[in-house]
Amino acid sequence: MNWLRRLLRTPEGAAGLAILLILLLAGLLAPVVSPGDPLRIAGRALLAPFTDPAFPLGTDRLGRDVLAGLLYGARTSLAVGLAAAFSAMVLGLCVGMVAGFAGGFIDEALMRVVDAFQIVPAFLLALAFVSTIGVSTPIIVLAIALGTWADPARLTRAQVLAIREQDYVASARVIGMHPAEIAFREILPNALPPVLALSATIVAGAVLTEAALSFLGLGNPNIATWGSMIAEGRSVLRSASYLSIIPGAALAVTVLGVHLFSEGLGKALGDNDVGAA
Amino acid sequence: MSGIFCSLRQLSVTYGRGVAAALDGIDLDIVAGERLAIIGESGSGKSTLARALAGLLPEGARVGGEMLWPGLGHAPRPGRDFGVVFQDPGSSLNPVLTIGEQVAEGARRHLGLSWKQAYVRAEELLGRVRIPQPEKTMRAFPHQLSGGQRQRVAIAAAIAARPALLIADEATSALDVVVQAEIVRLLDGLVREDGMTLLFITHDIALASGFVDRIAVFRNARLVEAGPVRSVLSAPKSDYTAALIASHRDLATPPLIAEVQP
Repeated sequence: MNWLRRLLRTPEGAAGLAILLILLLAGLLAPVVSPGDPLRIAGRALLAPFTDPAFPLGTDRLGRDVLAGLLYGARTSLAVGLAAAFSAMVLGLCVGMVAGFAGGFIDEALMRVVDAFQIVPAFLLALAFVSTIGVSTPIIVLAIALGTWADPARLTRAQVLAIREQDYVASARVIGMHPAEIAFREILPNALPPVLALSATIVAGAVLTEAALSFLGLGNPNIATWGSMIAEGRSVLRSASYLSIIPGAALAVTVLGVHLFSEGLGKALGDNDVGAA
Repeated sequence: MSGIFCSLRQLSVTYGRGVAAALDGIDLDIVAGERLAIIGESGSGKSTLARALAGLLPEGARVGGEMLWPGLGHAPRPGRDFGVVFQDPGSSLNPVLTIGEQVAEGARRHLGLSWKQAYVRAEELLGRVRIPQPEKTMRAFPHQLSGGQRQRVAIAAAIAARPALLIADEATSALDVVVQAEIVRLLDGLVREDGMTLLFITHDIALASGFVDRIAVFRNARLVEAGPVRSVLSAPKSDYTAALIASHRDLATPPLIAEVQP
């Protein structure tokens, strides 16, 4: 856990980690703080925040508790963001490893596929994917992952190309290691740090894409999401702007937290390289 | 000295098309149990020879001629029949694996040991290459060791599976003079104790001539001459070898830059 200590020593890393932990806690404790379905009608409609102690953040047009929506929305945002980023990373790492390690025709072919995915804007791809196949959480995760796996794939390939020329890979070949073993035991652990630093940025992007999809009504309608809350508040933006501002602020804080965390992680992992040299 | 361990017949290596050969028609015998130094300047083909023997030539390289292994009776198995020590101890050890894991790997793979037995052997090996506190070093990572210690670890890893041939490819060139002498002494001792054949590749004829049995001099991809140390040093057959011996510098050599007279 050496890297964690270094991460906490950077101000960005500590702040980012704190924000993410608070969000995680909010998501986990949502059923405790506000039991019941967050989408049910809980009280009088359009209660302003800080007026009724039962609804600290007020209620929306239909009388739904904004605080409950916010807490359950944190769950959705984090779950979808993390799952999408994880799938993108796994896919990107695998493709990048294979391309960098195999070289030649396989490398060329895989990189053209990566090109194809990089050309299409990630959000349009997700939008097209969800509107054709249908709305459900796994599909949204897949749609976001499809738009973001190309960057880690390229980065991994570049790392592998550099690392496979190192002498320790030659020594591994000299002692008779199988190529697959060389790929996973010798190369992958050394290729990971920069790709991991990229992963946080992917999480932030995935959280935003999920919110944007929900805002456009392409999120899962049966669960509370920040995107759909912002969209809900749009029609009463003049009279009850807090309905859009509160989930919007939550979204901004989440993305900020993830970015700070990624900054800190990059620095912590970068220090590692300096220490090794 | 027993029979021939490996013989190269008209061995040629070319990297890519239209490029000059990196090795051109090399005829050389490596006698079992001998310590043979391959001497040459940068680009003379000596490292290509090491890579060809170890099967580490890049994919595009074209190899001509024959490489026979009468001492083994079969094609060499990497790691089991030969070990390689590389030039830069900073990059020849994997930064994310512990020293113990890297030394034990060869023993586990080729001697049929369990991880536990291989770790015991790795600790013995670290003791043999005179790493202080082997049991502590087993859990260390490469960046925690000095350059000389890393090279000792690399040697331990190379001999873990008791290979018959040890190829040291410029193994001392990245180290300072004092550590160079220690590593040479270590290699000499290990090779004597285990009866290994040593191929010591270097540009430093003085360093090599101190402990090897035979010297082979390479220049521009060709073998210039080969023979016992004493005869090559005292009566070099080619002008190049004579020049190489003459260009050796020590403290008695006049300075390269003349002192400015006031």
